[in-house]
Amino acid sequence: MKVVNQKIPSVDGKGIMMGRPAFTDDLSAPDSLIIKILRSPFAFARIKSIHTEEAQKLKGVELVLTHHDVPRAAFTRAGQGYPEPSPHDKFILDEYVRYVGDEVACVAAVDDETAEKALSLIKVDYEILEPILDFEKAIDHPSVIHPEKDICEMFPIGFEPKRNIAASYHMHINNVDETFASCDVIIDEVFYTQAQAHAMMEPHAVNARLDYQNRLTLYSTTQTPFHVRRILSQTLGIPISKIRVIKPRVGGGFGGKQALHGEMFAALVTWRTKKPSKLVYTRKEVYESTYTRHPMRITMKIGANFDGAIKAIDCHVLSDTGAYGEHALTVFMVTGSKVLPLYNKVESVRFDGQVVYTNHVSAGAFRGYGAIQGNFALESAIDILAEKLKMDPITLRRMNMMKENETSPIFKIMGEGTEGTAMNMDTCKLDACIDQGLDLIGWSKTYPKIQMSPTKVKAVGMAIAMQGSGIPYIDMGAATIKLNDDGFYNLMVGATDIGQGSDTVLAQIAAETLMTTVDKIIVYSSDTDLTPFDTGAYASSTTYISGNAVLKASHQMKDLLIAEAARILDVKPEDIDFDGMMFDADDQKISLKDLSNQITYNHEQKQLTTTASYVGHKSPPPFMAGFCEVEVDIETGEYDITHYVSVVDCGTPLNVKLAQGQIEGAIVQGIGMAKFEDVKYTKKGHLVSNSFVNYRIPTAKDIKKMTTVFVDSYETSGPYGAKSVGEIGIDTPPAAVANAIYHATGVRIHTLPITPEKIILGLKQRKGE
Amino acid sequence: MKVNFILNHHEVSYEVSPSEVLLESLRKHHIVSVKRGCDTSTCGVCTVLLNGKPVLSCSVLTASIEGKHVITVDGIPDEIEKIASYFGEEGADQCGFCNAGLALTIYALKNENPHPTDDEIKHYVVGNLCRCSGYQAQFLAIKHYLGGAK
Repeated sequence: MKVVNQKIPSVDGKGIMMGRPAFTDDLSAPDSLIIKILRSPFAFARIKSIHTEEAQKLKGVELVLTHHDVPRAAFTRAGQGYPEPSPHDKFILDEYVRYVGDEVACVAAVDDETAEKALSLIKVDYEILEPILDFEKAIDHPSVIHPEKDICEMFPIGFEPKRNIAASYHMHINNVDETFASCDVIIDEVFYTQAQAHAMMEPHAVNARLDYQNRLTLYSTTQTPFHVRRILSQTLGIPISKIRVIKPRVGGGFGGKQALHGEMFAALVTWRTKKPSKLVYTRKEVYESTYTRHPMRITMKIGANFDGAIKAIDCHVLSDTGAYGEHALTVFMVTGSKVLPLYNKVESVRFDGQVVYTNHVSAGAFRGYGAIQGNFALESAIDILAEKLKMDPITLRRMNMMKENETSPIFKIMGEGTEGTAMNMDTCKLDACIDQGLDLIGWSKTYPKIQMSPTKVKAVGMAIAMQGSGIPYIDMGAATIKLNDDGFYNLMVGATDIGQGSDTVLAQIAAETLMTTVDKIIVYSSDTDLTPFDTGAYASSTTYISGNAVLKASHQMKDLLIAEAARILDVKPEDIDFDGMMFDADDQKISLKDLSNQITYNHEQKQLTTTASYVGHKSPPPFMAGFCEVEVDIETGEYDITHYVSVVDCGTPLNVKLAQGQIEGAIVQGIGMAKFEDVKYTKKGHLVSNSFVNYRIPTAKDIKKMTTVFVDSYETSGPYGAKSVGEIGIDTPPAAVANAIYHATGVRIHTLPITPEKIILGLKQRKGE
Repeated sequence: MKVNFILNHHEVSYEVSPSEVLLESLRKHHIVSVKRGCDTSTCGVCTVLLNGKPVLSCSVLTASIEGKHVITVDGIPDEIEKIASYFGEEGADQCGFCNAGLALTIYALKNENPHPTDDEIKHYVVGNLCRCSGYQAQFLAIKHYLGGAK
């Protein structure tokens, strides 16, 4: 392979660093109306009355919208396939506000100052209601967060809004209670995972304008342009043919932009005023009024025999979706479906629970959703079980974990919101991942710990993980390739590059197949008018799903080129040898350059294009083993992660450096969640962590040493052997760090994040203080 | 009020309000390489060079820079392209939203301390947050740039 599995610089990195206008707010119309949102100061309230007369009278104010002025159609902001597995429980603006930061009114004015001033002139009389701020008390709470009648589920997801339940689910394989009765050892542990903020560097932004055909054109920081177009049309009643959504460069998403945030307002303002408008979130709004990761309580009960055979896993989850149910069911299901199959030798499994509404910031998609929460619980529990069995945790894992060519019945039962898809693990190199990781971290030298000084301890811990590659039979990607004169190509994809480098990887797939170089493939993503459909950047789908579409379109283009060459040379297509530059049939030759120029300008002129689509029929999981080394000060509980080793089976890494960047970036987000990131509220439900000061993310100084290795693996169903790599990296740090801290201190942390205070408290409890 | 300063080697004259910050003034004049990432002077994506030193343009009043030199990535394209090449080699550029600000910080580091230790590098760039890369590839790219930059 000449282009894939190589170090190829990203196609856009240079231009972006050099400051070319590329992001949504770089591309807004200069005279855009400025949109500002009046947000709720209360966690739960009903708007008794709202007066906008003063605001409307202010010079420079073009439009003020309240719930009286907008269409009332329940929708979900979640950018998912249709019909969505998320409840339609959100209104553009509503009589009720359900968290601090929820939208009350929308103002459009000529400049920032006028818009701000107008917000201050809106008079709202609230009936303050009792909020639900403890998700463990949400079910059947006297307060009902969604009392409205006109909300619905699109298909059965266990939606019971009167009980504050957004979704619920139950599955079982055989009878866990019977299996537990026959087990020698049982552990039963409760874990809590916190809300995490995405904190992508580019705040959410959108701008809108009417074009010269009077169509509504939006630039948006979205991961799902096609879903945005559909949801805008359905909710606003604007014909979908009148809407164009352009995704320019996006400054990071991580799931936080897999939803509509400001799009509804920009679309409404421009549609009504006929003037361009823009809405750029402040950082405070990004924290307060977009998404977080779903906090969860996970009860993990595992039964095993003395020989180490794990017989039963029983997992019960309570998940907090906040004010709205975006991704409520799917995140929750992944906590089972992309976690529990890791230990596939069990006799019986049960997975069930509820996703509840609270008056917190809405939870939504976030890289590794569900999996990181479940992985923390399961991989902590496996270490606890190993200790109880007096077994080495590595040996216990190797005995029970998924192996190549094996399967788990869970794949067939559980999908994302629906039934799943049975599949075998055609590639699963977990054993090799563990072998190499043990070596790279120096496990045998350190395990379980080394006393470095009377107060300093070094220790190691590890966890294994799996993810998926797209959602089978739901995620679809399509690609169009166009030949140009002189023999270069355009590659148009709906796949949504949000910084992860998918444009580069997809161009590599096309270049490899067409036997050319990446500079001859001009890639463009994504634009609902110009690029073919793609569900978007989520569920680790782009390399595998969209990549397969590019592969198909490229092969079709190659066949088409050979057919044209055969016609021109008057030979049979099978007699032609094409090397990417020259078509060669014995003594007759024509270059790609000449062929493209001829069919463009001279003889039997035509435009050559091919379009192909791909829907996955399975979702081959990438696997990894994560190992961390910590140094803990047992007097203060402070600790450093001195080395993190990731050994990954993602099939063929199509771009080695970009794949490494996906892993390392995800590891550091996972370390942030493991160590200190924590979304916090006051007792009244105001967000405390609403800036980079109060919600710290890892900096250059937090990262000591990372080693990232890809094991040899080739997934035959993937493009050039690839599986996905976007999410798998985030899953292991919470459990690996918790296991290392336990080895260092004897303190088992069940509640993330793993802070020095919790470690000290644990040490004191152990000493009986 | 009118403020005269030197933007990317050329004299400019901006009409600004007394409370306007440099980030706002630059973006209003379509210098969009300078990004806004936060409201609390903490993320580093709005970094520019003011008389050669990296500063957060969200925290500098435009009214205060009369006669001073402001450099954005648009003013030193050859040097930024060089830095970008090292980033490309290491796969350090993901979304790139923080990269223009980071590149200016790196350029300032090279001028101020051409042979920094690893800790000095990390200390110098600690204010340039990145949520994509995990920092290690950036760090290697910076080291290679400083080692190879003439």
